[in-house]
Amino acid sequence: MSVETEVALGEAARTAAEQLDAHVREIVRWHFSPETGCPFWIDWAKQAGWDPVAEVRSYADLRRFPHFQDEWLRDEPNERWIPRTYTGRPFYVFETGGTTGMPKQRIGWEDHLRDYEEFSETLDEASFPRGANWLMLGPTGPRRLRLAIEHLAHVRGGSCYHVDLDPRWVKRLIAEKDFETAKRYKKHVVEQGAALLKNRKIACLFTTPLLLEALDEFVTVPDAGIKGVFCGGTQMTPQTVRFLVEEVLDNRAQFVPTYGNTLMGLACSRPLTPQDDWSITYHAPQPRAVLRVVDPENTDRTVGYGEWGRVELSTLTREFFMPRFLERDEAIRREPWGRFPWDGVGEVRPFGALEQKTIEGVY
Amino acid sequence: MAMAPSSPGMRAYKHETMTIPNIPILRRGQVYDSLDKAELKSVRTGEPVATVSQANAALIRRDLRRSSREALKSVPVARMLDICADAGRSFMEATLPLGENGTQSPQEYVEALSATSGLPHALVRRNMAKIHQVFTEMPTILRGLTRGMDLDVIDRGSGEQAGVPVSYFAVADALGVVLPSNSPGVNSLWMPAVALKVPVVLKPGREEPWTPFRIVQSFVAAGCPPEAFSFYPTDHEGSGAILESCGRALIFGDQSTVERYARNPAVQPHGPGWSKVLIGDDCVDEWPEFVDLIVASIAENGGRSCINASAVVVPRHADAIADAVAEKLAAIEPRAATDEQATLAGFANPKMAEAMDAAIDDGLNTAGAEEVTRRYRGGNRRVTRDGSTYLLPTLVKCRSFEHPLANREFLFPYASVVEVPQARMLDEIGPSLVVTALTRDEAFIGQILASSNVERLNIGPLPTTRVQWDQPHEGNLFEFLYRRRAIQRA
Repeated sequence: MSVETEVALGEAARTAAEQLDAHVREIVRWHFSPETGCPFWIDWAKQAGWDPVAEVRSYADLRRFPHFQDEWLRDEPNERWIPRTYTGRPFYVFETGGTTGMPKQRIGWEDHLRDYEEFSETLDEASFPRGANWLMLGPTGPRRLRLAIEHLAHVRGGSCYHVDLDPRWVKRLIAEKDFETAKRYKKHVVEQGAALLKNRKIACLFTTPLLLEALDEFVTVPDAGIKGVFCGGTQMTPQTVRFLVEEVLDNRAQFVPTYGNTLMGLACSRPLTPQDDWSITYHAPQPRAVLRVVDPENTDRTVGYGEWGRVELSTLTREFFMPRFLERDEAIRREPWGRFPWDGVGEVRPFGALEQKTIEGVY
Repeated sequence: MAMAPSSPGMRAYKHETMTIPNIPILRRGQVYDSLDKAELKSVRTGEPVATVSQANAALIRRDLRRSSREALKSVPVARMLDICADAGRSFMEATLPLGENGTQSPQEYVEALSATSGLPHALVRRNMAKIHQVFTEMPTILRGLTRGMDLDVIDRGSGEQAGVPVSYFAVADALGVVLPSNSPGVNSLWMPAVALKVPVVLKPGREEPWTPFRIVQSFVAAGCPPEAFSFYPTDHEGSGAILESCGRALIFGDQSTVERYARNPAVQPHGPGWSKVLIGDDCVDEWPEFVDLIVASIAENGGRSCINASAVVVPRHADAIADAVAEKLAAIEPRAATDEQATLAGFANPKMAEAMDAAIDDGLNTAGAEEVTRRYRGGNRRVTRDGSTYLLPTLVKCRSFEHPLANREFLFPYASVVEVPQARMLDEIGPSLVVTALTRDEAFIGQILASSNVERLNIGPLPTTRVQWDQPHEGNLFEFLYRRRAIQRA
């Protein structure tokens, strides 16, 4: 990095931080004011004994909130999350991954559209051509991603093909150790995707790393006309990324890894360079969502750059206020970069992955 | 040496200061260095000894979608046998490639394997000699597996054996092998596949990548086409990919592994051996002559093989025999790794030793068993020496096979002595990989020969660990890899 870029990045980072503070003030005022706010947060503030509108002046002040409990998204009626301004407007209901029983839900109106319009701006025109059709080979049903990918295709002037995929059924099969049926289901899904690729003009693909690997068994993805792959949903080790880029995509289709979920939206990755050694860094769609890598033992403390910690997410939109949710993921804290002049999260993986691996290694 | 980060045109490499070797993946002989590496540590010092490149399952599946059989098809078996002889020499004497730029001398191999597996140098050398024998005895081994068939039949696809037309074809593009870490000797089981012109896809045991890698390098140094060898250190999912994608596979594991694959004709599982020494009514009064043979059967190779005896079955004199064997077993002690007299192996994973120690203590709480070695051993069964955890040889006298400790196998010299009338022995021993039968009673020998429980039979004073190269081991590898077709020519 040249001295000039470093100075420029420092300034950009300062500006981004100021914008974030202003955004935090606006969103807190919005959700905690009787004219605009939602019943859940207004009631919460009454019990909390302090006034968020008056006292939260910056992103750092969010630490006055406890960690958001995602059980609230299951136990509270959805109506309690409707900001007053949205009263009377039907909402979308999006569910988190979940397993069985009553799922956790996030309601929304346009957030998912805005998130993916913003994301669209980051896509490379040659690899995700305007007017090209998409294949969505990922979770469907009550998923935010299902609608979001179709919207992304439309925003870019294309249409979107789909395949049914119920991730909870897969989770149940795996929990019951019925790996054979899980494998058959995966094959069932991927075969349908391959059939669409063979018979329809499709240039852009959304899928998960595992399904992309599986798709490779049925069709050579770049030969099938795919120019760009937007990938997300599960962790990607550097080795997996390298394997997908070099072998499955044969360096001929662009690979765009993202980190996202129903509660955040999606975090873009910065383009890989040889210096990265295939280690991916994601940046949250700030100021709409902020990712912080925290010390799991003392979550008030942000870990140093290059250190591992637990991922904390704050979602800050007019539709949804979710301060300090502790994700079930861990990551390396990375420095601000280029068009994302705020912290990034690197090599995201399930929280405690290393520990579990050690235990498995015993046998 | 670390480079100054500001040096123009220089890229700082992450592993620059590392001097320990990295064992790569071999994809049809091509070296591939994964970004995902496991660290191998010395069981004695805890110091890292090597990193091992880990293959992701999808990479394995992708590779195995393409057959590598052509690599060996055009090499005549006769040439393969010459290659084996040369490879045997290389294995014992040559400095062979290890990783991208590294090499490994025989002494470095001994030290590395000893450090990560806990085997003392003397036992590693003994296993080396065994593997060397497999290389050099390959003509004998193939003669045994094909029952003396002219090996040209394999090259030509048809021919004659004992005046009968025969035709054989390979049923697999490759033999997958999911290896254990217990003993380097197990590699002897897949090596004949290469001589039979079937490529191999190896998944090494976590603590033991050294031996299969060195065997592969020996084959290649002797002129065997490298495409015949794939070497994938990997996780559970990767092992599954190998088992599914190769037409035939061997897997080493515990009883649950054996049960999982029992009905899969493409997978040959190798589990516990439950090998035994049986003494007949006619010979049992001569028992003092057999004590050394019994001790060797239990304790050779650190007691870590499936061919080590885990039970001694006698019609009389159980107390006296147990006492005499226990006394000799108790004299075996952990020694320095470099001590030529060392015969015990330390545990790569101390938790495993703890679990086995506790399992034996727990078993002793059930009435009807006595640990006889305790009389001669000073202190605890589980000890540490030079930072390594050992379990000392243990002999338990059990009243019957009903006792939970009577038919157990552990990764150290452990055996039971059980008194059973000769007439009931074969009903009670259960599946036994090797049986050494100490008897001259032809009627009893006839009954043992008829028993479906006995996989390998040594008649007379041969330890269970004595392996004859012209005899098959747990199934005939040739018949596993090749099927005979009916052939008639007009």
